[in-house]
This record gives sequence, structure tokens and C-alpha cells, in this order.
Amino acid sequence: MKFTSVFDIIGPVMIGPSSSHTAGAARIGRVARDLFGRKPKWAKIHLYGSFAETFKGHGTDVAVVGGLLDFDTFDERIKTAFEHAKNEGLAFDIIPETANKEHPNTARIVMGDETGEMSVEGISIGGGKIEISEVNGFKLRLTGGMPAILVVHDDRAGCIANVANCLAMHHVNIGHMEVSRIERGQTALMVIEVDQNIDNRIIQQISLIPNITKVSKINN
Amino acid sequence: MDVLFHNVRELVELAEKENKLISDIMIEQEMNMSGRSREEIFTQMDRNLVVMEQAVERGLNGVQSVSGLTGGDAVLLQNYIASGKSLSGDLLLDAVSKAVATNEVNAAMGTICATPTAGSAGVVPGTLFAVKNKLNPTREQMIRFLFTSGAFGFVVANNAFISGAAGGCQAEVGSAAGMAAAAIVEMAGGTPAQCSEAFAITLKNMLGLVCDPVAGLVEVPCVKRNAMGAANAMVAADMALAGITSRIPCDEVIGAMFRIGQTMHPSLKETARGGLAATPTGKALAAKIFGSAVEVD
Repeated sequence: MKFTSVFDIIGPVMIGPSSSHTAGAARIGRVARDLFGRKPKWAKIHLYGSFAETFKGHGTDVAVVGGLLDFDTFDERIKTAFEHAKNEGLAFDIIPETANKEHPNTARIVMGDETGEMSVEGISIGGGKIEISEVNGFKLRLTGGMPAILVVHDDRAGCIANVANCLAMHHVNIGHMEVSRIERGQTALMVIEVDQNIDNRIIQQISLIPNITKVSKINN
Repeated sequence: MDVLFHNVRELVELAEKENKLISDIMIEQEMNMSGRSREEIFTQMDRNLVVMEQAVERGLNGVQSVSGLTGGDAVLLQNYIASGKSLSGDLLLDAVSKAVATNEVNAAMGTICATPTAGSAGVVPGTLFAVKNKLNPTREQMIRFLFTSGAFGFVVANNAFISGAAGGCQAEVGSAAGMAAAAIVEMAGGTPAQCSEAFAITLKNMLGLVCDPVAGLVEVPCVKRNAMGAANAMVAADMALAGITSRIPCDEVIGAMFRIGQTMHPSLKETARGGLAATPTGKALAAKIFGSAVEVD
């Protein structure tokens, strides 16, 4: 089931005018920032399908930028997000694309700073609900509705078990997990949805496990 | 984590078997799924209700969107009701004006609660605050109105769609109107089965509704579609309470809506490339607002 809560239907509380194009867009931006782990210095925001066609009137552009600044869907500052971005030193480009994506409301955010870059693709599935469909080229399905961690690692035996053990030691229950790799023996990705927010100590510990390259989290 | 119902049939059967209201079943399911207490869930829904109340109030005082395409119609309707000359009845027009009020606030980038979406955010609160004056519900009953609406929206969202981009306006204002109709029936003392009939009757009459916003803005025709969604919900609720049933079962109506949405041309699904958006005036308005013509299929 894509929609699991009554508050997916009656809600979110948000700045208008469009739950798909404004609230969903803000959430994609915010989850992207969460995954990046800090405020990016720059962002290239690619908009596809209906997002690309109608972003100006829906404030999709300001909403994504607001999300990147960590604003929630009901944050009044969304309306003036461009000014806030300027003040906070976030440079951004809005790039409407003509290519067709699987879902009509898709945004791909490529962001970075002096220490790293990340690419996050999200889709807005209606009523303000979103899914993250791709991170750094890895296809995945992440709802953003549950706390989650993303672990980039080398594709080696025992890696997945080590991460699961570390979570078990801290009594973190795994709700849903996906593992994928682009090529055998190369870089792989674990997407782990968990029942509670994970604190930074645990993230730190996971990042010290052998063959782990990067750990990102989404709190809820 | 336990889902109690997947479709309207299961929802109504559960309510009937346990002699409960639709809202009870939705509340129990939410408790199961989220692990949160009844009190926490009620508190969150109460907050949503407050946002709806404030949006209606703000809209009834008059707002204008940035584009200038919408705003002020809720005030015109209230003045008309006050003149005592209304033909279709004060309660119906009150619902319509409050739906319009909410959507005018939405178009003006104000704060609203999506029900189920922002573009369709007027119908549920519009009807709720109108029937409130007639039925004098308790605060709890008003909150339950939102849970009942949510139960039907939950089924539609998981079995079809609720966004205009995915399924046209039938998925958006159509779902909202059906949700409102079902909730009105429960508040008026109707049975769970009558709630489902009201939903089916409403959605049947919204089938095929395209999403064709002028200039891609959630304004024209969205605001007036919320008005008609509210009116549709009120009439369907009365029909169901009168004992009228839908010949096509509720879940099959939702299935029909899904298939219609799937076969709808992309130009009619929120791309601003067809329908009213593609009329000469629609294109001229888009050019005026954005300084250049919007390309139309």
C-alpha cells in the first residue's frame, strides 16, 4: 500500500497551491538534504513531466529550494525561499527537462559542496506523498514516510550482516530493507527503513564498519 | 501493523459487523498502523481541523491570488446568501462558498490542509462547516467527519489515484466530493452502508472530469470545481439519506474512475496543454501571466 496513514489523505498542512507540486516538491528537497547530510552549497534542480510544465505557477521551484533549506511543507518561508537561499549561500539552477520519466511529477536534484556531491531523484505521487526513486544512480524505492538509512558500501560478503548486527545491538528494528548493486563486486547500496529515528552515534558506528563508504539518514 | 480494510466493501462490513461508525474503523486502523494512541491521533486531526477553520475564515474575508485569476468569490456568495434571494438554498450555498473560500486561500499560497490534495482542499471543510450550522455537532463529531472522509480517501488513494496529474480532476475533486458526501451522511446519522452509497453516487457524477488548469495554476477552473464538488457532495448525501442506492457498487465505481484516468490523454492531466487551458482565452491568460505563450498540443 502506498498510502498507509489517514494523515496522508487528510493532510499535510501546507502552503498552497498544490500538494503534488508544492508540498511534495518541498518534501523531495528536504529528503534530498537529509540524505546529503548537510546544507548543500549548490544544487541543480531538474524538473520533469508536469513539474517541468507547470512549476512556475505552482511554486514547485521555491518549494524544492525551501526543502533544501530544511523548510517543512507548512513553513511560511517557502514563499520567499529564493531570498533565503541567497542569504544562506545556496546557489541553485532550476532546469526544466523535456525527457519523459516514468512518473509525471519527477525531480532530480544534483547537489554538493567542497567535500562531496550527491544526486537524488524523487517523485511526487499525490496528496503530498513522495518516493525517492534514485540515489547516485541506484534505483530504489523509499517513501520518506519512515526513518531510514542509506548505506553505500563495497559489494563484499558479510557487509549487510555487519550493518544489520550493528542495528540489532542498538535495538533498532528494521521495517523494510532493499539491497542493490550496479555490478557484482563493485559499489552497492542498502536502503533500510527502521521504526525509530537513528541518532548520530549509531550512524558513526556503521560508517566505521569495513567496506562501508557512506551512510546517510532520513529522520521522521 | 495491521490494515483493517482494503476497499469500501471491507470497510462497511467491518463497521456493520462490529456495530461501529466508519470513523471508528479508520481510527482503529490508524492506531494499528502507526502504533500511536487514540488521543495522539485525535490531537493531530484536531490541528488539521483548526487549519481548515482558519482557511475558511480567511477566505470569507476575501483574498486575491498573485496572478489575479481568483479571489473574492466566496465573499460574493456570502453577500448573495445574505440578500435572501438564493434559489438553491442557503445551506448548499454556504457549503459552496466555504469550499471556494478555502481554495481561494490555497491559490493565494496561503496555509491549508490537503483533503486529499491542495487543489481539492475546499470540498471537505466547505461542507463540514456548512452542515455544522445545521447539525450542531460536538468537536469530536467534527474530528470524526475528517476520519470518515479519510477512510474513503484511503481506499481511493490505494486502489486508484487522488492526484490530477495521475488521474485527472475526477481523482482529485471527485474523490474529495465523495469523501465529503460519506462524512456528511455519518454526521447526519446515516448508516455505514449509506456513507458508501453517498460516496458512489458522488464519484459516479464526477467520472471523466479532466484536469486542465489554465496556465498550469491551481485556480481556473479548480476553485469553481471545488464549489461544484461541495454541491455534488451535499446532494448525494441527501440522496443516500433518502434511501437511494447506487446500482454500481462503490468499489466498482472507484475501479471505473481508475480505468478512465489511465486512458485519459496526458494533455488532460494537469499539464495545462488541453481542455480549458487550451482555449483561446486560457492561452491568452497564460501569456499575460507568464509573459509568453504556453505551448499547447
